[in-house]
Order: sequence, then C-alpha cells, then structure tokens
Amino acid sequence: MHDSGKIIGGLVIFVAGLTFPFWFTLAAGQADYRPDPERPTGQKHCVEDTAYMKAWHMDLLDHWRDEVVRNGQRVYLPDKRWPCSRDEDCTGGFCQQGICRYDMSLTNNCLECHRSRARFCDRCHDYLEVKPYCWDCHLAPEEE
Amino acid sequence: MKAAVSLIVVLALVVLAYLGTGLGQAGFIFGIVLPYLALAVFLVGFVSRVLGWARSPVPFRIPTTCGQQKSLRWIKHDRLENPFTAWQVIGRMLLEVLFFRSLFRNTRMEMHQGKMTHGPSKWLWLGAIVFHYSMLVVLLRHLRLFTEPVPFFVGWIEAADGFLQIGVPVLYLTSLGLLAGLGYLLLRRLFIAQVRYISLLNDYFPLWLLLGIGSTGFLLRHFVKTDLVSIKSLTLGLISFSPQLPEGVHWLFYAHLLLVCTLFAYFPFSKLMHLGGVFLSPTRNLASNNRAVRHVNPWDYPVKVHTYEEYEDDFRDKMVAAGIPVEKQPQPAAAAEKE
Ligand code: HEC
Ligand code: HEC
Ligand code: HEC
Repeated sequence: MHDSGKIIGGLVIFVAGLTFPFWFTLAAGQADYRPDPERPTGQKHCVEDTAYMKAWHMDLLDHWRDEVVRNGQRVYLPDKRWPCSRDEDCTGGFCQQGICRYDMSLTNNCLECHRSRARFCDRCHDYLEVKPYCWDCHLAPEEE
Repeated sequence: MKAAVSLIVVLALVVLAYLGTGLGQAGFIFGIVLPYLALAVFLVGFVSRVLGWARSPVPFRIPTTCGQQKSLRWIKHDRLENPFTAWQVIGRMLLEVLFFRSLFRNTRMEMHQGKMTHGPSKWLWLGAIVFHYSMLVVLLRHLRLFTEPVPFFVGWIEAADGFLQIGVPVLYLTSLGLLAGLGYLLLRRLFIAQVRYISLLNDYFPLWLLLGIGSTGFLLRHFVKTDLVSIKSLTLGLISFSPQLPEGVHWLFYAHLLLVCTLFAYFPFSKLMHLGGVFLSPTRNLASNNRAVRHVNPWDYPVKVHTYEEYEDDFRDKMVAAGIPVEKQPQPAAAAEKE
C-alpha cells in the first residue's frame, strides 16, 4: 500500500499553507503598500529623535504613565535638548531656560502635535496589527 | 560536550550576523539572499523527503496493543486506540497530532522499596505540548509581518495571547511558553543521566537553535527595539519578489533572521522532519483490520506450488497399498473392475 494519492494531497496542502503569505498578499495586491503617518504641520521635531520615536515610543509612553500615575511627575525633560525661545516652540509643553520641556500626557502631548489618531498612530498600527488598549480609557481629540 | 558544541555553533551564527550586519554591510546577503536560499532548500528538501517515504510500500498493518482490537460482538472494541475503519484511524491520528497521545503513554521505571515499579510520567508530554502550541501561535502571530492586509484572525490571536496586558508592548504568554517548553526539553537532556546518554548532537542543536530564535525574538520585542515598519517593508519585499533593504535595522534582527534561515535549511535533514513523518507513521495511520481483511503483499512473485490434492493424485495407489489414509478413495476404478 503506497497511498501516494493521499500523501501528495497532504504535501500540496502543506505547501499551500506554508506559502500562504505569498499568495494571500499577492492576491490582495497590496504588497507595496507602506504606511504614511501624517507629519504634523508647523512643528519640526518630535519629543525625542525621530529614529528613537519610531522604535521606542511605546516605552516612552509607558515610562510617562509610571511617572505620572506613580510618582506624580508631569514634566518631561527630553534627552534630546530642543532649543526654544517661547512656549509656542514646544507644542504640548513649555519653554524654560531655552530648552523644551513636555507635559507627560498621551492626549495633551502626543495628540497636540499629531492631531489625528486615525491618520497618524493608527496608520502604522493597522499596518502591523498593533492594537494598543490605551484607547479603552484615553481619548483622542475629536476628529475634525 | 555535544550540548556545548551545538551551543557554540548557534552562538557563532549570532556573531556572524553581527560581523556581517553590525560591523559590515552585508545586509543584502543576510536579509535577501539567505532567506530565499533557505526557503528553497526547505521546500525542495521537505517535499523530496516525504516523496521518498511515500515510495516505500507498507503492505501490512501493524497492530499495536494499545487497546482491544475489534473482535467478537460481545468484546468491547477500543475504537480510538485500535481503529478498524478509516474514520477511527482519523480519530487516532487526531489524538496523536493534536494531543501527542503516544507521548502521554510515557512511563518511568524506578526501584521502589527494592522492587521495580512502573509509573506514569507526564513531564515530557507537558513540555512538548507547551512548546509545540506556543510555537504554532508564535508562527501565526508572525503573519502580521508577512501579509498585507493582515488576516483577521491574527488580531484575535494577539488579543487572546496578550490578555494579561503586562507591560508595553504587551507580554505574550506564548513567548514565555515557547522558552519555558524548550528550556525544559533541553534541561531534561542535560540532567537526566539516561537521557543524556542517548542524546546526540542533532538532538541538542535544534533545541539551542530554537532557543536562540526565541530569545532573539523576545529581545527584539521587549529590549532591543528596531523600527518594525522598516522590517515589514523588507519582509513584504521578499514576499512579492521585489526585495528592498531598509536602512537602520538593528543587527540583532539579522541574527534572528539568520537563525531562522538556518532552521529552515536544516529542517529537511533533521529529526524535525517528524512534522511530516507523524502523518506517515504506519503504526498510527493504518486500520488494524488484519483479522477481517486479507492484505496481499504487493511484491510477492508467483511461487510454483504443488497442492496436497495434486500430491495425492500422483501417489494415491501407492498410498492405499501402503495403508496410508487418503482423502479421495480410489473407488470408481475398483468398482469398474468388479463388474
Ligand atoms: C512637538 C510636537 C510633537 C509632539 C508633542 C510629539 N510629536 Fe511625534 N513627531 C513630531 C514631528 C514633527 C515628527 C516628524 C519628525 C521627522 O519627520 O523627523 C514626529 C514623528 C513621530 C514618529 C515617527 C513617525 C514616522 O514618520 O515614522 C512617531 C512614532 C511619533 N512622532 C510618536 C509620538 C508620540 C508617541 C508622541 C507622544 C509621546 C509624540 N510623537 C509627540 C512632533 C511631535
Ligand atoms: C483602565 C484605563 C486606562 C488604560 C487602559 C490606560 N490608561 Fe493611561 N491613564 C489612565 C488614568 C486613569 C490615568 C491618570 C490620569 C491623570 O492622572 O491625569 C492615566 C494616565 C496616563 C498617562 C499620563 C497622564 C496623561 O494625561 O496621559 C500616560 C502617559 C498614560 N496613561 C499612558 C497610557 C498608555 C500608553 C496606555 C496603553 C498602553 C494606557 N495609558 C492605558 C487610565 C488608563
Ligand atoms: C512609525 C509607525 C508608528 C506610529 C506613527 C505610531 N506607532 Fe505606536 N507602535 C508602532 C509599532 C510598530 C508598534 C509595535 C511594536 C511591537 O509590536 O513590538 C507600536 C506599539 C505601540 C504601543 C504598544 C502596543 C502594545 O502592543 O501594547 C503603544 C501604546 C503605541 N504604539 C502608541 C502609539 C501612539 C499613541 C501613537 C500616536 C501618537 C503611535 N503609537 C504612533 C508603530 C507606530
């Protein structure tokens, strides 16, 4: 008894499953899609370096949460010293001694500059199937 | 010694990735050439191994005495442990593949008050099941990096896996399950003397390799972060056969990838082929119906036989003369003579 029919059938199913990402993505035709998080207009820099923000923003937020909720600290002095001359230079924070300091807050900081959660945070997050549970409680400002 | 050698090989691979992409500029090789190569070796190797197995005939059923075979109506038949029909075989295979039925039978022998005793031993089964299911979930979770759009069920898996909401990004239970399962499977080889005695290089190497993959992956998620958007642009490029190398990706990612490529390329030549082999185990996938169905050996050549009837025809007179009982009496001839 060879059962080659069943074995080859099994192999076909296995290979089809293994190559699922290939044919699924090609069939959907979006393989060259890249997210395009909307850049804030007016502001020139983020709280920290852009490269750092791309990889580590969730840790920054986690750190802020602990600082605020556990230590009652609300002002963040970035590692990166952004020079400023008045408060308007530091949206989501204020200018003190020529350096930007920021309010450690999700809604009142990040979303002050990145006005739209849908067109900024979510564009990346949807791309990578990240679903932060933060929005269960925290509010994004009303979409215009 | 064998454990140490295989650990050194895995560490050397990590160092190689560091030299190639941390210090050097060989991202093209590590990020594009090797993944394609490894996948090709895996596919061709896997399929040809299985086809090789498919070519060997399995003429006879191998009943294993795990349960009562189908017999007389009033003897209770154990349908799953000793299947008789195709559906019952499918049941036994599902038990084997999904729940590792055979491992669950594991026993240990021990001297107990001077007597040899046998007792159940489920730790191996537990370690194996935790590792395998974690591995499955981890693989499915990785689909988010390999598909666009991401299929709906990936989000469900992430939500279930991270439901404890520990930390940001959330800690997945299967990340721990994978490492804990592998850790147990490795430690038992190192610390149980009998198991260490029978362990080979190719038992340790896959364990260290998988541990290397799991721990670099864990580090990349929680401690050594790198921009995932760039990484997904690399994977989607590979998938759509228009690869492009992103910039600024941490070398540890390439170490993770190199270990995965090693796993893929090594897979068809290793014991890991039990992934395909479990479906082809003749003691599991054949109905035990020897008593009811005649299985003819397909490679039997025609044997020239001389039956007893023919033998008696040849020698009937002599046998009767010598007083040997015969089946067919030489009656008709004798009766004709009398008339
Ligand atoms: C002062 C305004 C401002 C605030 C406050 C701010 N950002 Fe930004 N952010 C920017 C700007 C401007 C950029 C684009 C920088 C660039 O292009 O180099 C940016 C870039 C980013 C990026 C990278 C986007 C990309 O294109 O890859 C991330 C992620 C990010 N911000 C997250 C956050 C988070 C999370 C917070 C809250 C902790 C935050 N930002 C607060 C202005 C801000
Ligand atoms: C169960 C509801 C809940 C969830 C879920 C939640 N938070 Fe909060 N968060 C709070 C509350 C309540 C505060 C305290 C607000 C205050 O004191 O101003 C807070 C404060 C914060 C703060 C500082 C204050 C501010 O205005 O933002 C940060 C930063 C923060 N959370 C980040 C996060 C992040 C990031 C997540 C997701 C990983 C998250 N939170 C999820 C309820 C929640
Ligand atoms: C450049 C793309 C990008 C942008 C823009 C971005 N994120 Fe993220 N974010 C990511 C990625 C990628 C992850 C997942 C990292 C991982 O899974 O290891 C992530 C994860 C997170 C997490 C942790 C989620 C978890 O799994 O628990 C939080 C919280 C978060 N982001 C908040 C924000 C907020 C708030 C914004 C908007 C102000 C934002 N992010 C904008 C890419 C981005």
